[in-house]
Amino acid sequence: MPGGKQKQIEQAADLRVQSQIGEEERFRDLMRRMARENKTAVFSFFLIILMTLAAILAPNLTPYDENSMDLMHRLSPPSAEHLLGTDEGGRDELTRLLYGARVSLLIGVVPTLLSLILGSALGVLAGYRGGITDVIIMRAADVTLAFPSMLLAMVIMYSLGGGLVNVFLTLTLVNWANVARVVRSQTLKLKNSEFVEAARIIGVSEGKIMRRHILSNCLPTLLVLFTLNVPESILTESSLSFLGLGIQPPNASWGLMINTGRQYLYNAPWLCFVPGAAIMLVVLAFNFLGNGLLDVLDPRQKKQ
Amino acid sequence: MKQKIAQRSVQAVIVLIGVVLLTFVMLRIVPGNPIETMMGEHADAATVARMTAEMGLDQPLHRQFFRYLFSVVRGDFGTSYSLGKPVSLLIQSAFGNTLKLALFAALFAWTLGITCGLICAVSKNRLPDRLFMGFSLLGISLPVFMAAMFLQYIFAFKLHWLPISGTDSWKCFILPAIALGWNSAGQVAQMTRTALLETLAEDYIETARAKGLGNAGVLLSHALRNAMLPVLTMMTIQFSSLLSGAVITETVFSINGIGRLMVQAISGRDIPLLQGTSLLATSVVILGSLLADCLYSVLDPRIREES
Repeated sequence: MPGGKQKQIEQAADLRVQSQIGEEERFRDLMRRMARENKTAVFSFFLIILMTLAAILAPNLTPYDENSMDLMHRLSPPSAEHLLGTDEGGRDELTRLLYGARVSLLIGVVPTLLSLILGSALGVLAGYRGGITDVIIMRAADVTLAFPSMLLAMVIMYSLGGGLVNVFLTLTLVNWANVARVVRSQTLKLKNSEFVEAARIIGVSEGKIMRRHILSNCLPTLLVLFTLNVPESILTESSLSFLGLGIQPPNASWGLMINTGRQYLYNAPWLCFVPGAAIMLVVLAFNFLGNGLLDVLDPRQKKQ
Repeated sequence: MKQKIAQRSVQAVIVLIGVVLLTFVMLRIVPGNPIETMMGEHADAATVARMTAEMGLDQPLHRQFFRYLFSVVRGDFGTSYSLGKPVSLLIQSAFGNTLKLALFAALFAWTLGITCGLICAVSKNRLPDRLFMGFSLLGISLPVFMAAMFLQYIFAFKLHWLPISGTDSWKCFILPAIALGWNSAGQVAQMTRTALLETLAEDYIETARAKGLGNAGVLLSHALRNAMLPVLTMMTIQFSSLLSGAVITETVFSINGIGRLMVQAISGRDIPLLQGTSLLATSVVILGSLLADCLYSVLDPRIREES
């Protein structure tokens, strides 16, 4: 994630914690406010829903089979029959795109969720326990963040090998550190708040305090992190697949489609540019939505 | 301040050792003997055993690690399996190209980004602002490989204005630099806009205006100078994403740099080369953020005076 964005999320989260003791806007009200104030975010939200539906309903939307070859019609340009043309095996590009959406969206969502779970668990542990636990976890986070994300992903992919599950694992290992940092800094603030103190005094167990009182207060921030990490995961995977290190055929993500299409860049440019445009659209939609959420959750924006 | 810098330097060294450890462990858990993989299926057992012993791969893992760590400190990254040359030599010859690419890209990104951010902040919420901000989001969302292929297709293949690939002249670097810098340009633009708007709301800007300073004077000598601080730190950190992107850009435009060396290392299952290149790239990033911290404390009088 861009450095500036990360900082903004952290600051917004900190300010929320500070202002929380007073009146707390309910989540539903926040969403309503976003819907009222930020039309682009709403539009992006529906675009994401639409794309998800298209991916799920892919078999119903297209008459062609994902993998059936038609060598008579290789690399044919977009036409009424094949709306987005055909690829090097004569397969319908639109069909491939719809099925590719399944893989790419899955890659956006699954590792992001996994890294949120891992990152927030480690972050809350580091912040709450402090001491040596904190040092070990945060040094590990520092080391992870020291790598340019793409390089770390390449090294991990290399040692695990390609394939969908390994892509999930890799992206989780690349993304957890950011989450851990944000959650830790929130935990440090919340740890000393009155309600946590009160819970501790009446004998609520440590684990329950971390889950109930601290993590549940981090949820809005985690939602922003989720929305902004999904496009990041999609981009990293498509870069990996572009280099041939990610998803392996016959599964096709958008990144892999671009990788195979690249050989035909000069006589069938649509094979690269169509999945490329799809990636951009998804990434843009998630970014707009994430920025919208961040604006609503940032108390500074409310005052203005 | 000196103490703070020293503290950060020690931290950087610790992280660096962590990085060596992580790459070392990651690359040793690859199944199979690397020598066998390298020599192919028909290698005879005796040769494999001899080579394994020669490279110290039969020793316990912790001993291998310390051996590697010490040789790295001496500047020896081992010998590449696939290319048969010392890794340090390979890195040396590739580093120049990557550096050139990254510098050109940074130059492009920062000039474009700061100019756009400035225009946006001045025309807040009016048409130019909306236009450029939409543009910068487009920049952030455009994957590097798409930008690279798109530029290559239009300007090299269709229009023949610039070379398709290679490193023969400075012209070869124009398209890769734009492709690589595009992303960062968007980020710099957004950051500049936010920082400038925040600064413009400060009291001392009001004072400067009240004293009769013109718009341009306020903007350039008061606002921009102060707004540049966070932007500057971000730019040093951005070197990290530039290096990530360089892997892709170098592959698309066939530039023999560090990124391409990494891709080669992976396809050749060449552990020393992969280890060396990733170590180098990560050190550059760690040094960059260390530099950013130092720069920040030197440039910001509030932090400078503190100690």
